[in-house]
Amino acid sequence: MAYSEKVLEHFKNPKNVGTLDKSKKNVGTGLVGAPECGDVMRLQIEVDEETHMIKDAKFKTFGCGSAIASSSLATEWLKGKSIDEAMTIDNMDIVEELALPPVKIHCSVLAEDAIKSAITDYRKKNGIGVPEKQEKASV
Amino acid sequence: MAQRLIYLDNNATTPTDPRVVDTMVPYFYEKHGNAASRNHPFGWEAEEAVDYAREQVAALIDVDPKEIIFTSGATESDNLALKGVFEMYARKGNHIITVKTEHKAVLDSCQRLEKDGAEVTYLEVEANGRIDLAKLEAAIKDSTILISVMWANNETGTIQPMKEIGELCAKHGILFMSDATQAVGKIPVHPKELGIHLMAFTAHKMYGPKGVGALFVNRKSPRVKVTAQMDGGGHERGMRSGTLNVPAIVGFGKAAELAKLEMAEDTRRLSGLRDKLEKSLMAQLEEVYINGDPTNRMPHVTNLSFKHVEGEGLMMTFNQNIALSSGSACTSASLEPSYVLIAMGLGDDLAHSSLRFSLGRFTTEDDIDFTIEAIRKGVNHMRDLSPIWEMYKEGIDLESVQWSEH
Repeated sequence: MAYSEKVLEHFKNPKNVGTLDKSKKNVGTGLVGAPECGDVMRLQIEVDEETHMIKDAKFKTFGCGSAIASSSLATEWLKGKSIDEAMTIDNMDIVEELALPPVKIHCSVLAEDAIKSAITDYRKKNGIGVPEKQEKASV
Repeated sequence: MAQRLIYLDNNATTPTDPRVVDTMVPYFYEKHGNAASRNHPFGWEAEEAVDYAREQVAALIDVDPKEIIFTSGATESDNLALKGVFEMYARKGNHIITVKTEHKAVLDSCQRLEKDGAEVTYLEVEANGRIDLAKLEAAIKDSTILISVMWANNETGTIQPMKEIGELCAKHGILFMSDATQAVGKIPVHPKELGIHLMAFTAHKMYGPKGVGALFVNRKSPRVKVTAQMDGGGHERGMRSGTLNVPAIVGFGKAAELAKLEMAEDTRRLSGLRDKLEKSLMAQLEEVYINGDPTNRMPHVTNLSFKHVEGEGLMMTFNQNIALSSGSACTSASLEPSYVLIAMGLGDDLAHSSLRFSLGRFTTEDDIDFTIEAIRKGVNHMRDLSPIWEMYKEGIDLESVQWSEH
């Protein structure tokens, strides 16, 4: 199967690979997927506690090229967004940007799950309530 | 880096040896006759060529040329053997025993037969990929008519205990069939010595052309017959109708002749390169595992798992330069890893982390050196990206993690 140029670029030169200190109060961590399923994504955000703006984002992913590209793209998109804005990132935006084929849509779903899971973790740590409309990603 | 392309997927198909191609060429135009045309020189010439090829193929596996039925390939041979025996021996029983790690041509044929009234036992394999003979014997019933066990596995190269299975079949008076697609032409395969009654194989895994294969059918004590699965002109002793693919059969014959001549040397050279590949990777990388039986296996194959690295992603690091297969079929929506590795009891995680390297006659030492370096870099790149590798290095027990299955 041929990958799109954008997937190949993110795969070869992934952006924001790394680990943030998850014990810090302003770091939210999302760990989604399972080794048995062939993909695991860990996405972390560092948030400004005053403004709730995302200052930094890092990821590590075990998975195929599309999974790695989806998480790399997600970290790029997260930086500079508020946590409320970040909640609106939709998996189909990732599919479109990376030109993922239908069999790889689950990679984008996983990335959306990872974003939401990281934000939820940050909110819990900081006692911030969940806004009324909390979307659950469809799997 | 110059664009270099190394082929290590010889279990999928081998290149056709140029010496084989040369022998085929005249049979497309100058000698284009139908081997069944009995009344002119074009037909005689084609028939002679087919007869000669049949002798070459028979000589490779040490059987009588009359026992070779030419088909379109191993899939057709497997279908013909299983379905043909089931129909022909229906009076005697309806039970077939096969193994979970067989090729789909066998497994899917058996599933079809189940719809037609067959009872099929799919034997488990041990962790090394081999069957347990005691379990095989325990599965035998009065109604068992056929035991079908592949000679060597396509994914791992693991060789089954063929001699012992043959003895069990003889003891119980059951027909013994083998899909020997991966073994013929690579290692000595002599079905008659081991009591095999039917054996499927193909040209394109032994440097011959695609589109031609054979079924060996034992002619004497016992005289085995299979019901034809295609109706037509009654070619191939009535077991396989259809105009013979003369150029391909000629090529198959030449490939068999070359295999017989060069097998010992190919084996010596390729097992040396395979061992170098394995040893170097295991020395340079942590957590590399060999899948399959380390001693009873094909000389040119290794199946390795690189823990905490996903196979398809790993392949993407080098597939511009190296062609091989991954044990995880992540391209399917189901994300199912190899059923062969799963049947051997590998965890899904290790099965997702596997690569199959299958070397061939045209593999060079330089190819292997290049591959070792590319795989080492690729695995390290993927592990730098892998959260579970990081967790593993931190000493976290991955079994204890609550994963969100999706």
